[in-house]
Amino acid sequence: MPVFDTLSLASLPQADEAIRPAIRAIAAEAAAAAGADRRARSWQGYDPAFSRRLGEAGFLGLTLPERYGGHGRGPFARFVVVEELLGIGAPVAAHWIADRQSAPLILNFGNEAQREFYLPRIARGEIFFCIGMSEPGSGSDLASVRTRAERTESGWRVNGQKIWTSGAPHCDYMIALLRTSGSAEDRHAGLSQLIIDLKAPGVTIRPIRDLAGDEHFAEVFFEDVDLPADALIGNEGEGWKQVTAELAFERSGPERIYSSVVLLDAWVRHLQAVGRDDPATLALVGDFTARLGVLRAMSIACTARLAAGESPVTEASLVKDLGTAFEQQLPVAIGDDLAAHPDQAVDAELYRTLLYVTHVAPSFSLRGGTREILRGIIARGMGLR
Amino acid sequence: MSEFLEPFERMLESLSPPATVRSIEAGGDADALWNGIAESGFLDALVPEERGGAGLPLAEVCALWQALGRHAVPLPVGETMIARALLADAPDGPIALASAGPGAATVVPFGRVARHVLLEFGGRLCLVEASGEETGVAGSLAARMIWDAAPAEVVGAAPAGGLRAIAAVLRAALIAGAADRLTAMTAAYANERVQFGKPIGKQQALQQQMALMAEDMVACRIAAQLGCAGDLQPGLVAAATAKSIASTAAARLAATAHAVHGAIGISEEYDLQLYTRRLHEWRLADGSETYWNRLLGAARLGDARGSVDYVREAL
Ligand SMILES: Cc1cc2nc3c(=O)[nH]c(=O)nc-3n(C[C@H](O)[C@H](O)[C@H](O)COP(=O)(O)OP(=O)(O)OC[C@H]3O[C@@H](n4cnc5c(N)ncnc54)[C@H](O)[C@@H]3O)c2cc1C
Repeated sequence: MPVFDTLSLASLPQADEAIRPAIRAIAAEAAAAAGADRRARSWQGYDPAFSRRLGEAGFLGLTLPERYGGHGRGPFARFVVVEELLGIGAPVAAHWIADRQSAPLILNFGNEAQREFYLPRIARGEIFFCIGMSEPGSGSDLASVRTRAERTESGWRVNGQKIWTSGAPHCDYMIALLRTSGSAEDRHAGLSQLIIDLKAPGVTIRPIRDLAGDEHFAEVFFEDVDLPADALIGNEGEGWKQVTAELAFERSGPERIYSSVVLLDAWVRHLQAVGRDDPATLALVGDFTARLGVLRAMSIACTARLAAGESPVTEASLVKDLGTAFEQQLPVAIGDDLAAHPDQAVDAELYRTLLYVTHVAPSFSLRGGTREILRGIIARGMGLR
Repeated sequence: MSEFLEPFERMLESLSPPATVRSIEAGGDADALWNGIAESGFLDALVPEERGGAGLPLAEVCALWQALGRHAVPLPVGETMIARALLADAPDGPIALASAGPGAATVVPFGRVARHVLLEFGGRLCLVEASGEETGVAGSLAARMIWDAAPAEVVGAAPAGGLRAIAAVLRAALIAGAADRLTAMTAAYANERVQFGKPIGKQQALQQQMALMAEDMVACRIAAQLGCAGDLQPGLVAAATAKSIASTAAARLAATAHAVHGAIGISEEYDLQLYTRRLHEWRLADGSETYWNRLLGAARLGDARGSVDYVREAL
């Protein structure tokens, strides 16, 4: 199957491994006071002071050129940093989207003025971004978005609504996929990406509470929101192409395999404490360990494609689908294991962590593109569509 | 990618087409195929240069092993590469690998077509003539062998970590190669076979299953590469990871390949079975997923590190 031949074992360069101790120290500090159930929230844990701290220490905008306040390093360096932050469950939500996909998007498609205006502040952890793709009527069928931006004398006027926008209540800007010409029936044609200042008049943000009691995503309404002409990012009508490139960044990272890793570690520590070593337990631990090891290697293989300048959309879908299946099986199997041993008391923190991850796990294969949509992308790569 | 892969693959394509595989499985003569491979020099791929071999790193040989699986090569070529590297003075002819204890019957892959078996028995390596019973499994090249006491033909100490570890890594690479072939065959068939007026590959239900095949196929490849990242004495974590992932995926891959093919995949005449039978045999050989998962789990629970650190540093 030539399409996937490029996904091959790769290793992290020594120069990038070298930054691990420094980021580890900062991550450990941020996570020290938090229980496992809090740390399990990781990339939904909002802590702007921590994000600024990371910016000051040079761990944001790693892949951006130095002239925009970045650090001129590659995707491998970012992999190391992200892995350290997620592995321990540091609260990264505030800067997450900006660092992962908004900054590369602005770098790749934005003009010089936009790069100079946004990128240095992203790299300092001062401004935060969210993704305005989904709408009430447009989930998987993203090309059907209806929220419109119309040209005015001074720029653009936006009307419509986004939903499920992660971080919107705390963010400064949204990069929105909007219809700038035609109608929803025109699908991919007529879509553009615009940067919306969320403090602009006419923007209303209504947080949505999730089933675990958290408010990380929101509905965002636009009523005659006036934007300057330079809100357009890239070319008018090329929003679909840009969004596709953006999704390669969104889907390829280690966050697609590590969402349950805080739970995994808490469970392993429990097994070690109670001294459990029956064959069934050992086999389960071994299975998870083998899968984690291979998924990590697959994620690095995908990062290597990014580092080679490719846009590994199909490869990222493959790793994300396998990774999220792993993330979702962990709480199911761990729950069964713990409750199969009623004589070995489970402490309250582990129990809360288990149930938190159990409850939010369905979202792992929704956010960033659903399981079925990703498998469709893989099937297309296989020549079936 | 290895510069040797292309010539190796071309050789297998011409020497080991499905007709040859079938004929050898049916008890036909394997000398022509063996001699062709032996003449190519590839059997000494892992033998150090100072002993006249190519001295290739295992990481490079991994691709050759996958090619053996991709072509369902009916001889222990990978096994012989390992044996020739481990033995200072290896005999000619195909050599199978086995790890066994006293009196326990062992299914030795390629035992029927091997001349010798490199056996780990009681911590020692022995080189014995291959003799055993047929398994009675249709088409299988494996043989059942039993050693009641330690054979006299001791050739040295077992490699650190055991012969089974490197055999398991080889098995993972063979599985990865067969998985690659099966995935390609299945996608091609799905684009050809028409039902309800369109290729069955246009049915979303099948597309979703075949996407999982692609995931398993890539996971097997990466797992095999992890197993082959070191030398002929892979660490427990690397060997266990490689075999656990490949064995788990093997059964799933075979199941989906058959499901997509329908009845024709069950027929002897169609090539699919050459690969699916191998997947099942290799899944069980040298320890199934649960065998390796238990060992890996015990090692993991004996370690104080976090899970990510563990796989990062121990693999
Ligand atoms: C925690 C979380 C955070 C999110 N953050 C953001 C964000 O920041 N910004 C943003 O824009 N969006 C965000 N989303 C939204 C996310 O992108 C959507 O949930 C996702 O695209 C699916 O859309 P939907 O929920 O409307 O489901 P639907 O598209 O209605 O899908 C429902 C079901 O139908 C299936 N389905 C749909 N179409 C097909 C098809 N053609 N073939 C087979 N099955 C199909 C789906 O796979 C799914 O199983 C977030 C979602 C979650 C859960």
